[in-house]
Amino acid sequence: MERLLTLSFLSTSITLRSLFKFKMGKLLTYAALIILAFFMLLPFLWMVSASLKLDKDVFRFPIEWIPSKPEWSNYTTIWTRIPFMTFFGNSLKLTVIITLLQLCTSSFAAYAFAKLKFPGRDWLFLAYVGSIAIPWQVYMVPQFILMRQFDLVDSHLSLILLQAFSAFGVFLLRQFFVSIPDDILDAARIDGMSEYGIFFRIMLPLSKPALATLTIFTSVAVWNDFMGPLIYLNSQNLKTIQLGLRMFIQQYGADYALIMAAALVSLIPVIALFLLLQRFFVEGIASTGVKG
Amino acid sequence: MSILSLKPTNTHPSKRRSQFTKLAIAYSFILPNLIGFLIFTLIPMVFSLILAFMNWDGANQISWAGLENFSQMLRDETFRISLGNTIAFVALNVPLTMAASLGLALLLNQPLRGRNFFRTTFFFPYVASLVAVAVVWNMLFFPSAGPVNSVLSMLGVQNPPRWSASVDWAMLTVVMASVWRGMGYYMIIYLAALQNIPTILYEAAAVDGADTWQKFRYITLPMLTPATFFISVMLTIASFKVFDLVMVMTGGGPGRATNVLVIHIFNTAFKEFRFGYASSIAMVLFVMVIGITVIQFYMERRWVNYQ
Repeated sequence: MERLLTLSFLSTSITLRSLFKFKMGKLLTYAALIILAFFMLLPFLWMVSASLKLDKDVFRFPIEWIPSKPEWSNYTTIWTRIPFMTFFGNSLKLTVIITLLQLCTSSFAAYAFAKLKFPGRDWLFLAYVGSIAIPWQVYMVPQFILMRQFDLVDSHLSLILLQAFSAFGVFLLRQFFVSIPDDILDAARIDGMSEYGIFFRIMLPLSKPALATLTIFTSVAVWNDFMGPLIYLNSQNLKTIQLGLRMFIQQYGADYALIMAAALVSLIPVIALFLLLQRFFVEGIASTGVKG
Repeated sequence: MSILSLKPTNTHPSKRRSQFTKLAIAYSFILPNLIGFLIFTLIPMVFSLILAFMNWDGANQISWAGLENFSQMLRDETFRISLGNTIAFVALNVPLTMAASLGLALLLNQPLRGRNFFRTTFFFPYVASLVAVAVVWNMLFFPSAGPVNSVLSMLGVQNPPRWSASVDWAMLTVVMASVWRGMGYYMIIYLAALQNIPTILYEAAAVDGADTWQKFRYITLPMLTPATFFISVMLTIASFKVFDLVMVMTGGGPGRATNVLVIHIFNTAFKEFRFGYASSIAMVLFVMVIGITVIQFYMERRWVNYQ
């Protein structure tokens, strides 16, 4: 009897202990995640806080996270210091045009690669995929020389032409198109639909997630592009937001609060797009990543 | 159905002509992209191969240089330093980013409340522009009065590092920023791979009495090898190409402490206008990237486990 009691006591203590261990594990996980999330966001939080201070208070320690007297005027000053509005507009223009062109040309080509048969198709596709693996930096010099021959250096058209025909876009959409069953297309063909009809009325509507993914990737990449504009754009009135931000940093290096305000403003479109469509970001990365 | 049968059927289509139409249709789909791809990507790629053996400043006559560009590289001290810096960056950035992203993915691959919030948070730095990210890092790590060093000196650290302003610490500072920025992206790839592992494996292991570590070591890690392989290849290529982050954070300095290969290419081409020499350095970068990728694919058989 006594033995039985000790046994049962032992077993309950074991379950209690494992329950405790389990709870502790959960708790530790949450603690770790919260600390990590804090560190991930810290630079951005600090950015917001610093952008609302006077320059002399930015580095005051201990940090005053919520400024007692927020300097909202920082956000109006940046627009007058440098032609920030022009830069913003240029980036917006380039982002919209390049993204639209890329969506059009990529989805067209991807349809041919995925669903049509023509001689040389597989070789051509191999060339596309191979070009993705080659660093852009390897051929940026000849590209520049080519653009100079066309007399397009220092124009938005140069950047548009360079980015509108993306091999990556073709690859991404092709992978998605392949997964759409041929039966649907064949049925439409039997009903007398042309390939263009099939593309516009069946393929595109079925591919909304993939198109959304490409839209996000491209627009974020163009908005954030730094090296392209750095090489191609010299005139003040053509520069993009990233170049403008860097110019601001170089010219007003000690105006810490203004720099932070400008940096934050440059992030707003990306933050908005990201929060709105983050599902497609995640799905896009997961699908291109795992399938390779 | 009735519409179909009423339609006049083409009983005598010239087979050749229909073949031609098919081809024309296929090319009409592909040409808009193909023309641009040929002119702006493929031709420059081929041209870069030729340019590597040429001398050209962009204004005067282009002339054949043969291997002169490559022998010059051996004497070019900046090239040697840049090569070393690039290798150091790759050697630090790849393992650190992979470990961090795997860690994050494992933490998040549990039934947790707020998983989406954490995932979004960890991923966000990746979409934020590099210029903005670099400038805020530089301010946080500002040597004299930045918040990081203020905290360090409060904790009693004498002479905290001067971070991106110090020759010894600059590279490490850039790597830290790079890991912080990139780990959320690769975390998502790992998360997708983790979710593809069949739970039945863990259940079977539990029946056999495996502990958490054993489950991780003998199920999770082997099942993740395809993702690990993919990430290691992508990350290595991306690390060899590092430019923006370094350019905005340090500009390659102090001195030449963070001058990586792409910065050297950029300066040689667009500041010194030595297009031929820049192309030959780019060729070296290309050969290294391809070489390491080939080695990785060769090693793949030894450790990657496809189901």
